[in-house]
This record gives sequence, C-alpha cells and structure tokens, in this order.
Amino acid sequence: MSVDKALEGAGGFLDDRFRGAKSVRNLLKKIFPDHWTFLLGEIALYSFIILLLTGTFLTLFFKPSMTDVIYHGSYTKLNGVHMSDAYASTLNISFDVRGGLLMRQIHHWAAILFLAAIMAHMLRIFFTGAFRKPREINWLIGVTLLALGIVEGFAGYSLPDDLLSGTGLRILEGVLLSIPIVGTYISFFVFGGQFPGNDLIPRLYIVHVLLLPAIILALVSAHLFFMFHQKHTQMPGKGRTDQNVVGAPMYPYFMAKTGAFFFFVFAVCAGLSTFAQINPIWLFGPYNPAAISAGSQPDFYMGWLEGALRMMPAWQINFLGHSLALGVFIAGLLVLGVLITGLAMYPFLEQWVTGDKREHHVLDRPRDAPTRTAIGAGGVTFYGLLWLIGGNDLIARFFDIQLYWTTWFGRVMVIVGPVIAYIVTKRICLGLQRKDRALLEHGVESGIVMMKPTGEFVEVTRPLPEEARAVLTSRKEPLRLPAGHAADENGVPSPATRGVMGKLRVRLNHVFAEEIPLPDGHGNGHGNGHPELPAGAEEKPALPEGSGQSGPTGRT
Amino acid sequence: MTEDDKRLEGRRGDQASEQDPGSARRRRVIGTPPPAAARRLLGDGGTGDRPPAPVKQRELPAELPNPQRAKRAERVVALCFMISFLASAAFVACYVIFQVHSVDKVLRSNLGLGLAMTIAFLALGVGATIWVRHLMPQVELTEARKPLASSEPDRQAFAETFKEGAEASQFVKRPLLRRTLLAASTALAIAPIVLLRDLGPLPRKQLRYTAWRKGSRVVVLGTNRPLRPADFASPGGIITVVPEGIDNDLDALAKAAVLLIKFRPQDLLAPTVINWTVDGIVAYSKICTHVGCPAALYEHTTHHILCPCHQSTFDAQRGAKVLFGPAPRPLPQLPITVNAEGYLVAQSDFHEPVGPSFWEMG
Repeated sequence: MSVDKALEGAGGFLDDRFRGAKSVRNLLKKIFPDHWTFLLGEIALYSFIILLLTGTFLTLFFKPSMTDVIYHGSYTKLNGVHMSDAYASTLNISFDVRGGLLMRQIHHWAAILFLAAIMAHMLRIFFTGAFRKPREINWLIGVTLLALGIVEGFAGYSLPDDLLSGTGLRILEGVLLSIPIVGTYISFFVFGGQFPGNDLIPRLYIVHVLLLPAIILALVSAHLFFMFHQKHTQMPGKGRTDQNVVGAPMYPYFMAKTGAFFFFVFAVCAGLSTFAQINPIWLFGPYNPAAISAGSQPDFYMGWLEGALRMMPAWQINFLGHSLALGVFIAGLLVLGVLITGLAMYPFLEQWVTGDKREHHVLDRPRDAPTRTAIGAGGVTFYGLLWLIGGNDLIARFFDIQLYWTTWFGRVMVIVGPVIAYIVTKRICLGLQRKDRALLEHGVESGIVMMKPTGEFVEVTRPLPEEARAVLTSRKEPLRLPAGHAADENGVPSPATRGVMGKLRVRLNHVFAEEIPLPDGHGNGHGNGHPELPAGAEEKPALPEGSGQSGPTGRT
Repeated sequence: MTEDDKRLEGRRGDQASEQDPGSARRRRVIGTPPPAAARRLLGDGGTGDRPPAPVKQRELPAELPNPQRAKRAERVVALCFMISFLASAAFVACYVIFQVHSVDKVLRSNLGLGLAMTIAFLALGVGATIWVRHLMPQVELTEARKPLASSEPDRQAFAETFKEGAEASQFVKRPLLRRTLLAASTALAIAPIVLLRDLGPLPRKQLRYTAWRKGSRVVVLGTNRPLRPADFASPGGIITVVPEGIDNDLDALAKAAVLLIKFRPQDLLAPTVINWTVDGIVAYSKICTHVGCPAALYEHTTHHILCPCHQSTFDAQRGAKVLFGPAPRPLPQLPITVNAEGYLVAQSDFHEPVGPSFWEMG
C-alpha cells in the first residue's frame, strides 16, 4: 500500500533525523472546532498568500522608478505623454505581458479581500469575546496586522504612480505637514524633499514588497502559532466547555476543508479579476499634481480616513508664529490613532471593568455580553459613518442630495450615531436575553391551545431540546464588583473600589454586568402552569453532563 | 500474550521473511495488499528490532455508512477534478492563443485566462468540499484542554533556574556593569537614527516659495502657450496656467499651478486684491489649502471653486475665501499684470505659502 511505503520511506527518513513521530502525530490529531465564522481569518490568510504569489510575479516586471519617460507603447492614447517609469511599466504589465493584467487585478482584489476579511474576522473575535484571557496577545497581533495591512495596501496602490494614487500621496503630504513641530521635516524626509520628488516610489516599493510583507508574515506566523498552541475557541453547545475542544481532527478533515477553502478564495479573486475591472490605471493617466478627476475614491479601507478629512471642520490654530492645521491633524492621524489604540486596549479595559481573570475558551453569544456588543455596535457605526462620508460626493450625486447636507449629516451623526447604536444594541441584546429566558422557562410554543376541564385555556409548550438549552444557558454570570472587593468587617471599602478610578470602575462594572438573569436552575418548563407535550428527549433537571463551568455549579 | 498479539506475531512472520530467509515464505497473490497490520510504519528506525505497535481502537472510522452514496459522490468529485484539469489546460491554451498589445486584445486575454483560472480553482474547491462532506466519515471528537498556565512546581523550577542564571552572570550584584551596559546599548540603539537625516533636505523656506517670479509669463498647462488678456473672450472662462519654463518639473508644478478666472471687472469684490488682477482676470493658486489636491472644479454661475477631494469650496469672486469644507485658508491670490508685449505675467511670487498649512507657516 502506498501509504505504508510513503511512511516507511519519507516518514522514516524524516523521523530518523528529526524524531517527529510523536509531536507530528499530536498535530495531526489536533481538534479543530467548526463554525462558519472561523473561516473569516482563513480568508485573510489565503488572500495574503495570493498577494505574495501574484505580487512576486508583478515585481518581475514593475520598475519602481520616478524617472521621467515619454511613453510609446501599446496603449496608443498615451503615446508621447510624459510619465514616470513606474507608471509606464504598469502600463506595460497591463498591456504587453500576457496575464499581466489578470495578475495585477487578482493582486488588487486580493488586497481588498485581505483587509475586508481582517475586519470581518476582527468583528467576529470582538463580538464573541474571543479576545479574552488567554488570547489578549493574539488580539494585539491582530490589531497590528490590521494597521499594517492598511499601510501596506496604501503603499501598494500608490506604486503605479497614476493620477488617482498620486492624489492619495498628495493628501498624505498634506496630512504629514499638519503634524505639529516636526511635520514639515517628516514630509521632507519621507518624500526626499518637496512633493512629489523622485524618491517616494522606490521607497514605497521596498516598504511594500519587503519590509511590511516580512513583518506581516512574521506576525501572521505568530498569530497562527498562538492559535495552535492555545487551541481554537469554540461556539457554545452541548458538551462544549472551557476544559475541552470539540470538533474534527486536523488530519484529514481540517486540512481538506481548509485546502478547499484556499481554492475558493483564489477562485473568488480570479473571478472578480475576470469580470470586475479594478484600478484601470490607463484610464486615470499619469500623475500630475495640477490635475484631478472628480469622484476620486481611495480603496475601501482608506475610505474612513477620507471621510474624516471630508467632514472635519476647518479648524486651524495660529499662535506664536506657528500654524497648527488641527482639522487635518485630527482627521488624518488622530482618528486613526484613537481607533487603533482603542481596539488594542479594549481587552484590557474590559478585564479591568469586569474583574474577570478566568480563562475563556467557549465563545460568548453577542447577546450574552450586551454592553460589549453595544460598544462594538457603536464602534462599527462610528467607522461606518466615516466610511460613508468618504464617498459623500457620490452619495450626493446618486441620491440627488445637497452635497453639504451629507457633510453636515456626517458631522452630527458621527457623534450621535454611535450613542444611538449603543443604546439600541444594548436594548436588543437584553430583549434577546428575555426571549431566551422565556424559552428556558416556558419552553417552545407548540401552537396547541388546550382547554382544561375548568374551562381555562392554556397553551401547550414543548421543552427545549438539550442542544438548544446548552447554547442558551452557556452564559457565565458576570462578576459584580465589589464582589471580592467588599468592605471589610470595619466597613472600610476595599482599596480597589476607592478613589476616582475605583468608583468609576465599580460604576462601569455595574453597567457592564447588566443582564436578564437566567432562570434558577436554568428552567425546564416545570411549575410554570404550562402543560407539556411529551418531549422526545428525556428531560433532565440540570444541565447535560460535561458542561462544567457553564452549568449552575460553575457560576461564580 | 493476547489473542491479538498472537495474530500479530503470526503476520509478522510473513514480513520477516524478507529479512530472514530461514522463515517459511508464504506465497502472496500479486495485486493483493501486504499484511498491513504487521508492518512497522515509519521504517524500523535502523535497528530492526523495535517491538510491534500495539493494536488500538481506531479513532476515525474508515468506512462510510452508505457506500452507494459514497460512490456517487466519488464520481462527482472526480468530475470536478477533471473539470479543473481541463480548465488548467485551457489556461495554457488561452496564454498561447490570446495575444496582447492592445486594449481589446488584453481584455479578451484577461477574460480567457481569468475564466480558465477561476474554473480551475472553483472546480478544485467544490470537488474537495464534496470529498470532505460526503466521502469522509463524519466525526466529532473531544480533546481535553490543559490549563495554559504551567504547574506550580514548574514555575518555581523556572524561577530558580532564572535566578541562578542571573546570579551567576553577576548582573544583579554588580550595578556598575549593569548601568554601563545599559548606557552603551541605549547609545548604540539611538545613534544610527542620525543615518535617517539624509533621507531628505531640510525644509528651510522651500514651502514658502513657488516657481513664480516677477515677470514670469503665464502659460497654459500642457500646451505652454502664453496668454494675453484678449484670449479671454467672455467672463466665466477658467484655465489652468503655470509659469513659463517649468516644463515637466513636477515639484515646481505641485506648488505653482494657478487658476485664471475671467470676471467682469466690476464683479470682483473684496477681499480680492484688484491691483493683482488684469481686466477682471484673477489668478488663484490651484493647490487646495486643505491637503493639496488641485481645486479644479469651477461652477460658473456661483463663482465657486470646488476641490473634488474633500469638497472645500472657495468663492472666486471674493478672494477665494472659504465657503464650506475643511480648508482653513483662502486660495492665495497671485499678483498678475501685463508685460510690454501684452502677455500676462506675474508681478511677483505669491505673498503667502500655497497648499496645505504647516507648522512654520505662521
């Protein structure tokens, strides 16, 4: 049998040299839980691989040079036009290299997919609380990857030196100039002098093809290694606890699934590149600082920064002979910094507020952490509004709305919107908790109404199946401060709850711990006046075995 | 010896025959599998005398519950893989057949290559997915998680080892060594930063000046044609101009691009500097004072100049003051006049910096 031969041959050869039989076997047997949202990170990973493959191909033809050339080539409309070598070589890749356009488009689509998948993956991690202990470090790596991915994407689409991307670089110059004290110097050092200079494209090139990909690759490896080492989280369900992991082994199941998924991601990128044109740089023309086209839009992941620049009021401070373009500085750099820093800090802030130092491996359902979900919804609304206003000229055109109204809408809503989203989301979550509680207490409506001999009408309910109940009762009761920080016997409050920060912490904790309590014993339909249909599953008064901490005994 | 082990021993006899000519050699029909259970996987480790692995309960089932369905699925998967194979062949064919070097041909080539590639990947993905879902027996296994923290003895042992090392290195005991090492490494870490100094020249006053000089002729961007006031036939005309002679110097262009707009002289209102205009022709920097995009859109009826990047709106009639948007300053006005030959020329450079605000601007 060939498997045996391979094992004896290659396997034996390797094991004689590395002694891997035991550790690799453990790796092969590693259990991977299954849920469709776990694929989001994989999309990011595979688009990154596609980026490396197609990007390497593009470097074989691209000339990262701003040397002025006069074009004479296949794209006759630009014959005789001055342009940079970078732009000319991009035209060359598009029109004179067979498959060059396809590779360029796959590269661009994969970049967009990469960032979209990172964002979606991050939202999944956030809303399910997967960033909690012990995974805070991996969350930080993820946030860093998002930031680096945005920079990498920006550097990448700036390389062709076309009119659209050159405008993006011009905006970068303006934003750099707005930095207090050192802005002018930073701009001159980045551009090698005045904008646009002759150095930027070669510099961006090495950042784009070596520096950032190397860092991203290293961080992705660390990200995956930690995920492997700590084992994947799992969605709540029957028999799933913080002490186990339920799923299928990596070999052959996960390997085959993930392999198939790589093919799908590549197929999607290739399909988009076949049918959906992206970044047709030949239509934009070479960069010229005095030219622009209306409706200039960056790639989607820069849209929110564009929106911030658009909706920001024209704030500028002049003092002591200095100018501070506050509006540009806030929109271009501060918003980015605040959002990324906020994301990075969140797990630690939440831990501080909840006082929860337990290990978590079973994910939260978003409704079971209403405050976190509401904060996330606020953040998404903030980002979404910035992003939306990044295209306000197009919105104004297509929906026939006054342009300035869209800006004012953005200015107001970017403040008000997140607050509304927070309140509404929290109410929705608590409402869903109430629904869960009702299901646990009364069971599922059967649609049958029964008349008792006394003439009373009652609705017949069916108790929840065990699987569903395990999901509904997976919520861990939040820790309430000052539990464990209670006043001592003399009535002196614990140091942790004193002072401004202590009091703030207790108040936030109470906000965070707001919930609709699960019914005592998590309910099973008994003693609530409802008659019951005989359930298929045998009813048990408590939780199914093995649900450990999520059971009533596990409540702290 | 259990029954299983005995059976194993027996089979091992077959296997041993290759090494041991003395043992009874049983005939095996060609094409039948060798007695697999007895084979020592991963070879014999070179020693040839490892004990046979004990037979264990399998964790993954080898057989599917419904062999007929599996057979059907197998055919479908094989079909998918064949489609993928053919698509890959088609990809190569497209590469050869579709030539490039013009927009139409490139788009055709892109369609052919892309389609073939998409199908090749898609069919492979679909096939592999059906394989996993319908040909591999479904399992759900549970693996225990160990607590991530090390055990207390391990932690203590680590702490001891670490302390011993620290003590042996004398790092803790000798502050002189420690501090000088810290000083040296900090200096070494910081020193190379000076290398970044030559990334670019110092800004000095470069952002304050543009290529416009006293007497620079105003020429049309692109054609380099000089302009006379009479070239503006009627009010409302707008044109992008640059100082003569900057040609393809993009650095100069990035600051010196100017919009010429023709008004009826009486329509120009304060704070427009009328002395800097010629017969109702006013010149504003085209570089937006927000972040430097060209403020290129002009609305004839309202005299609004609009920057298409972030929608800063300037009133061309009133010194290009800001009407809306994020730009903090009006577009600077370039003083223009007419020279002896009747061409439009600059009276001087701009009197204030053009483009985005910067710290030293004042």
